Amino acid sequence: MADPRFPGGETTTSVQGANAFSQPAANLSFEDRLNFSVGNSFFRNPWVSAPATTEARDGLGPIFNTNSCQGCHIKDGRGHPPNDDQPLSVSTLIRISIPETTEKTAKPHQGVINEPTYGDQIQGFAVPGVPAEMRTHWEWEPHILEGSNGKTYELRKPKISFDQFGYGELHPETRFSPRVAPAMIGLGLLEAIPESDIRAQADPDDRDNNGISGRANEVWDARQKKLTLGRYGWKAGKPNVEQQSAAAFFGDMGLSSSIHPGSPCQPAQTQCRNAPNGGAPEVSDEILSVVTFYSKHLAPPSRPNALQPEIVDGESLFHQVGCAECHTPSWKTGEIANPSLANQAIYPYTDLLLHDMGEGLADHRQEFSATGTEWRTAPLWGLGDYIDVNGHTELLHDGRARDAFEAILWHGGEATNSRDKVLALSDSEQTLLVQFLNSL
Amino acid sequence: MRLSKLPVVLLAIGISLCSKFVIAQTFDDIGNHYANLAEAVFTDSLTLAKVLDEDIEAFLETPSEWSLETAKKSWIEARKVYGISEVFRFSHPVVDDWEPQVNAWPLDEGLIDYVDGDSYYYELGNPVGKANIVANSSLSFGSSELDLEDLTPDLLASLNEIGGTEANVATGWHAIEFLLWGQDLNGTGPGAGQRSHTDFLIGDECTNNNCDRRREYLDAASNLLITDLEFIVAEWSEGENNYRSIFDTMPGEERIRRILYGIGSLALGELAGERMKVALFANSPEDEHDCFSDSTHNTLYANASGILMALNGEYQSVSGEQLSGPSLLGWAEENTSNSMALEQSASAVSERLTAIVLAAENGEAFDQMIAPGNKPGADRINKAIDSLVDYTREIELLAAEMELGTLSPDNAGHDF
Repeated sequence: MADPRFPGGETTTSVQGANAFSQPAANLSFEDRLNFSVGNSFFRNPWVSAPATTEARDGLGPIFNTNSCQGCHIKDGRGHPPNDDQPLSVSTLIRISIPETTEKTAKPHQGVINEPTYGDQIQGFAVPGVPAEMRTHWEWEPHILEGSNGKTYELRKPKISFDQFGYGELHPETRFSPRVAPAMIGLGLLEAIPESDIRAQADPDDRDNNGISGRANEVWDARQKKLTLGRYGWKAGKPNVEQQSAAAFFGDMGLSSSIHPGSPCQPAQTQCRNAPNGGAPEVSDEILSVVTFYSKHLAPPSRPNALQPEIVDGESLFHQVGCAECHTPSWKTGEIANPSLANQAIYPYTDLLLHDMGEGLADHRQEFSATGTEWRTAPLWGLGDYIDVNGHTELLHDGRARDAFEAILWHGGEATNSRDKVLALSDSEQTLLVQFLNSL
Repeated sequence: MRLSKLPVVLLAIGISLCSKFVIAQTFDDIGNHYANLAEAVFTDSLTLAKVLDEDIEAFLETPSEWSLETAKKSWIEARKVYGISEVFRFSHPVVDDWEPQVNAWPLDEGLIDYVDGDSYYYELGNPVGKANIVANSSLSFGSSELDLEDLTPDLLASLNEIGGTEANVATGWHAIEFLLWGQDLNGTGPGAGQRSHTDFLIGDECTNNNCDRRREYLDAASNLLITDLEFIVAEWSEGENNYRSIFDTMPGEERIRRILYGIGSLALGELAGERMKVALFANSPEDEHDCFSDSTHNTLYANASGILMALNGEYQSVSGEQLSGPSLLGWAEENTSNSMALEQSASAVSERLTAIVLAAENGEAFDQMIAPGNKPGADRINKAIDSLVDYTREIELLAAEMELGTLSPDNAGHDF
């Protein structure tokens, strides 16, 4: 039964506050809770470098961004960009690549052309005896938006610089894409939305002429060895929770699995390649499977005030200005074998499709069929809980927006029209809209 | 109060439960008795924490090998009762919200005191994983500077989860455990932490520096544990305006739902999952629950005692008083045809957990059982896990017989 107070359907947790993102799907059987809590432990506890007494949990690195999943998905919630309190924040990483040229095109399974020395991601840490790739420094510079309503807004955007290169210069054409770790809630439910339903909303050529395209990212499925619909990541570059998890193990922690064998060291990184590993694979299929299980069954929290009149008014404005064109409010999950996740009426507020978000947000870095200006519509469920869970409201892929309203202001490209409609709203209407967003 | 004898928890369930209750047991009766059990167990836990606190005071008064040993023994005895109370944790927000300050685990102990550089792993995202509160009277944390001059209970409590990292645990049972034992540097080999009493000596004899602050820390952590346990006893005491009064007026069905949910969550998610399967799976003493003291087997056993107590309604308090009354098992005997299967599964849990305790008492501690290649150790733990899976399945069958529908507690968005 569809009820917006229960955004995860029967999986919804009633727990609010700091632990709102860490709850198992409410309809999970006790037996499944055993797997959930085993997965939780492997998600939470740090991995160590090989060799170590904990054979199941060694193999970190040789180069890595962090040593535990929880290190970035803080309290199963969002990471944050570096700030004054934590200048070396590990919960935001930087993807890199070089542009496609006529001579060089990404292979189907790769999605990007690796930066020749450093690969597709900057790993700022390394095990002893191995150079880390480089140090990253963030500064914020002001970005002035002249609103269509005549008002001026001072936003901020990151200016990122690098030093202490462990393996030499970066390619001059390198593209950089900072990525904040997203929250973990409801991921299995998103996977359970039928592919055909998502594709039915795609409108690559804007046939309905509303200025909004919506494209599916066609990404490599490493198990099926073919291109399929992308759903996860800021550019929808991964097809499902298992492969997203395996990619994070590999890229962010340097841990191999049956999906990502080998090491994150690039051919030119000799000291990295010669470091000991933790066995092949370092993440066994069994551990990958419990971490995937855990990641699929973290419950979206309830929205007790979803039906209050002012929240409903805010939601009407959300529809009226066109937000819902991409942030699709509700879906029904399919008839899948998983009893907790099947047939649920859910409210993630995303279409899981790519949209051109304009020059302001562009990273100019392609990823499979996603262009340098396209991003996946971010799910909005849990938006109002970030402040309790993570203590901040820094939004968008690099955390530049300091609150929900700034995030709206950064919407360009296909969303320009909607943003301008928001700017045209009265102050009290804007307040209602933001109140609604923070009720999610 | 000095206790010569500690409570014998009734795991001999197969024997004690064969008597049939004569009176009909309603959901309300069962709920009322369960709340009495909660009050009794938390009260005992407080009593034993006070004994620990006295022994810590005596140790700090006159640090010696012997007085340290006495405090460590009291810690172990107090844990044996606290572990029983964990069956009340998962379905009562008043307990679940309170618990992290008291029993959070695992912890990055480098936040608290010195650690061995080579064998200490902490969460990289944790900016204060090596902050060493004992050694530092201030903590710079990015641009902010925290004053740690006076190690008061309130200050320590405020440092929990500092920087948003759950592994930052500054208070509770495991912080005290670390201060009494120190790191267990034996991996999966025999032996617990080997902290010397000289870490608490005043003046030149002090080892590992900052003994005065280490003493202050231990004292504050122990005092806070008492305050916290007093709080939870007050919440479960009858006749007050507290959580107990809310629980007592809930519909009988909802009370039973919470009882069953608490049993199932502790049995599978926490006990079989986090505390046994994970540690075995990872062969990792880092995943061992009471890792500094090597008394994990006691907590495992106490947790099992709690889930069986919540079924059979029986508890013997530290003062020797025997509590018994209307129970889930009694209801099953009266109203279902398969209460035998439930009893058998409970007996199996008791037997399998007893086997772990016996092995530990014979010199094979839990961290040795999980060593790579220790097949008998792994078998022992796997059998315990299997018994808990069977037991919880029986609990779910019972829930179906009681026609409760879903077992998730219906908080209806309220925070109680």
